[in-house]
Amino acid sequence: MDHLSELESKSIYIIREAYKQFHNIAMLWSIGKDSTTLLWLCRKAFFGKIPFPILHIDTGYKFPEMIKWRDEYAKKWGLNLIVGRNEEAIKAGISPKNKLECCTALKTEALKQTITKHKFKALLLGIRRDEHGIRAKERYFSPRDLEFRWDYKNQPPELWDQYKTKQDDEEHIRVHPMLHWTEIDIWEYIKKEKIPIIPLYFAKDGKRYRSIGCKPCCLPINSKADTIDKIIQELKTTSISERSGRAQDKESAYMMQKLRSLGYM
Amino acid sequence: MKTIQEEKRMSIVIVGHVDHGKSTLIGRLLYDTNSLPRDKFEEVKETCEALGREMEFGFILDHLQEEREQGITIDTAQIFFNTEKRNYVIIDAPGHREFIKNMITGASQTDAAILIVDANEGVKEQTKRHAYILKMLGLKQLIIVINKMDLVNYRKDRFIEVKEDLLNFLLRLNLGPSFTIPIVAKNGDNIAKKSENMPWYKGKTVLECLDTFQSMRKNSDKSLRFSIQDVYKINNKRILVGRVEAGVIKKGDEILILPKKKKTKVKSIEKFLENPIQGEAGESIGITIQDSLFIERGNVICKEVGDKPKVTDKIKANVFWISDREFNINERITLKLATQEVSAKVEKIEKRIDSSTLKEIETNAKNLKNNEVGVMVVKTLKPVVVDNFNYIPELGRFVFEKDNGIVAGGIITEEK
Repeated sequence: MDHLSELESKSIYIIREAYKQFHNIAMLWSIGKDSTTLLWLCRKAFFGKIPFPILHIDTGYKFPEMIKWRDEYAKKWGLNLIVGRNEEAIKAGISPKNKLECCTALKTEALKQTITKHKFKALLLGIRRDEHGIRAKERYFSPRDLEFRWDYKNQPPELWDQYKTKQDDEEHIRVHPMLHWTEIDIWEYIKKEKIPIIPLYFAKDGKRYRSIGCKPCCLPINSKADTIDKIIQELKTTSISERSGRAQDKESAYMMQKLRSLGYM
Repeated sequence: MKTIQEEKRMSIVIVGHVDHGKSTLIGRLLYDTNSLPRDKFEEVKETCEALGREMEFGFILDHLQEEREQGITIDTAQIFFNTEKRNYVIIDAPGHREFIKNMITGASQTDAAILIVDANEGVKEQTKRHAYILKMLGLKQLIIVINKMDLVNYRKDRFIEVKEDLLNFLLRLNLGPSFTIPIVAKNGDNIAKKSENMPWYKGKTVLECLDTFQSMRKNSDKSLRFSIQDVYKINNKRILVGRVEAGVIKKGDEILILPKKKKTKVKSIEKFLENPIQGEAGESIGITIQDSLFIERGNVICKEVGDKPKVTDKIKANVFWISDREFNINERITLKLATQEVSAKVEKIEKRIDSSTLKEIETNAKNLKNNEVGVMVVKTLKPVVVDNFNYIPELGRFVFEKDNGIVAGGIITEEK
């Protein structure tokens, strides 16, 4: 088995494990490259028929291209798409002027509302350990309490593919089937599998997005990489980190930690 | 950055007593292999300056605020670097006694280990306990680094003294290191470059040693073991999904489904948008079978001809307890082995062992506490399908679960 097949097999095992153990689960789709790859792995795990909903948290600040892309593929792949929005906060006009407040209201709160409404027991997320220091601390199966808090000091042990699969009533579990992938792995796999990816990642007029989220908080990087091969080549030579264009990582050294302990994805 | 000839990735764990320099060694490996994004390095440097400290390589991993303030690694972190030969993922495991479960979590996912010892302090409690865990997890590729040689004036006699002390302990575990290297992690001595401060050391650097190791081989050359994870009904086909733990499964194979020893044939191998004819060790696949039989999660498939796993309700195992919650022999406990899950009782704790000193605390014990190892006989309520850990580790190891969480890890030494 080659390297990419090994990564794939491990992820599929975890996805199937999550569905078997919790049944009432959903996958969080941000329309970015990682969660689109996770979506692809879910399709593979269930032979094209994903038996649970796909959840998109719409902050109202997303790139318009993302919404169009989402709807097109939701239809094409026969997804059960649920869109979660914190309508109250959007109406109140919360804006990225205060980033912690904005992310918390429009992403974290919106997600909490959606989980409560649908009573999901577990959520599949496409985060990776190499993205950010704090994400390296994650488990494959990671419990969160009612308030979404992450007790990273007291995480359950994981060994030999045995995970935290039993839960108390007040817990939900975040499942991270792609924790062991790297940014380059993602692109090489996208290439191998020919996974459709939103064009924002490919260079236009000398700029491309390396990581996407809400439009006001994403800066494109200077790049001529307009094909997957060129992106892979670029990643092999760059010494700038992946999320350097993401405002919420920059605000202060501990912003990401605060966000995550508040339940941010 | 360098070109990578071998795309395969090797994972390594760095273990050792608290403050012996694990995080610093990792930071240094990243720095010396040019694997550190510039902005990350700057961020860490600025944070150190803000805290009024000199640049600490360890902070690169200790990315949590509290850890920076207390100066200890709480959890297992993973980070990547590469040499000319291949990619590495390093797992940093915490040295504190309370964090043993995190250390096991990290080390159970790796191919090789570096055990770090402070040249000045010498071998300590966690040095030994971590060595024991490496042995239990079946890790055979081991490098010992004797760190902080600058604190002992780069003396060869001190290096040899610490080295022999540790080797004597490892000998009792029947664990032999492949290399022993004197280093200064914070200055980079013998990490990527040979140290000019220790001309008496003629061996390889840490990176050179790592490059000699092999990625763990999957069990494709062994007999077939396929653990059923779930059964799906898709387009009127009943697909048994799971992972091939060992061997190869092919279309047309005559198979036995354990524990009930039902005989049938593989009708097809199933993967989305593919038409495979076989699945090999490590692969997540689906299969359909010839006969309409009742199959459920936890069943194990092997070939009709050739060696088979044992179906038994009694096993002998070495169990490492990793919970604050003390175990009492009268309690029922859940045993999870691959996809099997059964209720069990511990019939006998023949020995209770301190995992650091390897001292026998008690024979015929009634209890087992955190960080202790029990040599025990386990009786399961229903039969389980197992192999010896030394033959097929995937079916020879298990965890105990209690109160919704994992409390122990065990390896099967004898199938009764």
